[in-house]
Amino acid sequence: MAEQPILTVEGLTAAYGAVTALNKVNMTVPRGGICAVLGANGAGKTTLLRTLSGLKRAEAGRVLLEGADITRIPAERHVHHGLVHVPEGGGVIVELTVEENLRLGGLWRAGRRERAARMAEVVELFPPLRERLSRPAATLSGGERQMLAIGRALMAGPRVLLLDEPSLGLAPLVTRQIMDMLLQLRADRDLTVVLVEQNARSALSITDHGFVLNQGEVVMEDSSRRLLADDRMRHAYLGF
Amino acid sequence: MDQFINLTLNGLSQGAVYAALALSLVIIYQATRVVNFAQPALALISVYIAYTVSQATGSYWLGFGAALLTGLVLGAATERLLIRPVHGRSPLNAIIITLGLLLVLQGLAGMIWSNEPHSFAYPMDYRGRFSPSDWFALGSVGAAALMLFALYRFTPLGLRMRAAAFRPEAARLSGVRVGLMLTAGWAIASVIGALAGMLAAPPFIFPNVLDEVFIFAIAAAVVGGLENPFGALAGGVLLGLGMSYVSGYAGPELTTLAALAILVVVLSIRPDGLFSRPTARKV
Repeated sequence: MAEQPILTVEGLTAAYGAVTALNKVNMTVPRGGICAVLGANGAGKTTLLRTLSGLKRAEAGRVLLEGADITRIPAERHVHHGLVHVPEGGGVIVELTVEENLRLGGLWRAGRRERAARMAEVVELFPPLRERLSRPAATLSGGERQMLAIGRALMAGPRVLLLDEPSLGLAPLVTRQIMDMLLQLRADRDLTVVLVEQNARSALSITDHGFVLNQGEVVMEDSSRRLLADDRMRHAYLGF
Repeated sequence: MDQFINLTLNGLSQGAVYAALALSLVIIYQATRVVNFAQPALALISVYIAYTVSQATGSYWLGFGAALLTGLVLGAATERLLIRPVHGRSPLNAIIITLGLLLVLQGLAGMIWSNEPHSFAYPMDYRGRFSPSDWFALGSVGAAALMLFALYRFTPLGLRMRAAAFRPEAARLSGVRVGLMLTAGWAIASVIGALAGMLAAPPFIFPNVLDEVFIFAIAAAVVGGLENPFGALAGGVLLGLGMSYVSGYAGPELTTLAALAILVVVLSIRPDGLFSRPTARKV
């Protein structure tokens, strides 16, 4: 029998008032996988992540993390289960310093020593943050903010990382760095990543699997390589 | 010169009271975007509890402790039971609720303890030019401000509270129980409010005893900038000093006018208050 997927989504449905934003979405993500969620504006990508992380209530369906049902637990409990969501724009708290932002990510753990060790690791991963630890996060550039956002998420020690458009507004080179770093994280610590991207080409280039959303439904899923090669698909939904 | 020193010292001790009450308003405003008009009523009930406890035990300080504890409980209960249900709607809802609570609690205080003034003790000797009571006012507010600063700045709880106030959603995603942090903020604010009440009430306590102080505290908070705890402290002291000088040199009947003048002048120069950075509002 195949290994149990780390994340399973069954018939997930979410709505804003009378408007259905997600319609019976099914997904499975294997442990250590990096998968892309693609689609046009308003396809439901962000809503999918928000529903997975509990920020948005699911109308129906289930979210299973290693078999445990986490559909109805409050958003702030998800870190305890190892699912961490980096929202669009990163959600860096600009009023706090870089170090405070990072510390915040690890606060839910009890062990002081463990938190310190994590901090050292994260700072190691993102050298630009090390020199700016005591600066207000508001002074960071866009790329540094995204690093800080991912760093804060890593402080929580996630098994599954949900990333909403980490490349938004970043220069291609910076985007490349962040994507490479995701690959390295996957290799180093078996991290599973769900990556929402507008930029389908760059997302498919680093992921192994892709889901294409359209009007709240998964209209196609396949390996990233085949999605990249499928011209009809690219024209219809991905716009390149 | 002697009169100037006198007026300065008086202004400082009076300003400390405004500063404390202003601080309690700012803590809540920062976290919930609500000006808590019930603050004087929460403080009032705390002071009445202190009065009752002191009467029963004969100890001022037992009453003092009871007041702070009452403030803590009342603040937490107000947030949890009255403000939380309207959270996420227009802040106007919460403001109306606090106004209603103010009226209800003041009425309740009159029913329980009567509308007649009771004599209420100073914490220490109040006679003389800068009495021990004045020192106590200044010292206790200063200590409260320092403790608050240390809490916000150096403790995990403080970090969570700030995160919850600035970016509730990002805080939740980091595992912060935002609701709990708001409750804690209201509780802490009400403790400081109760402290201000204990300092402001003597020599008499009656249901409207804190009204005037509260008006000046709002002015102090606005002068300092509603978003900035340091601003609230500075605004309180500035207002206390300004009113004291006007009262001493120009006549006590002009003090209220002086407060208004300070408010108008500061706001016409810095509309967001002295210590707030003007920020673009997100639309």
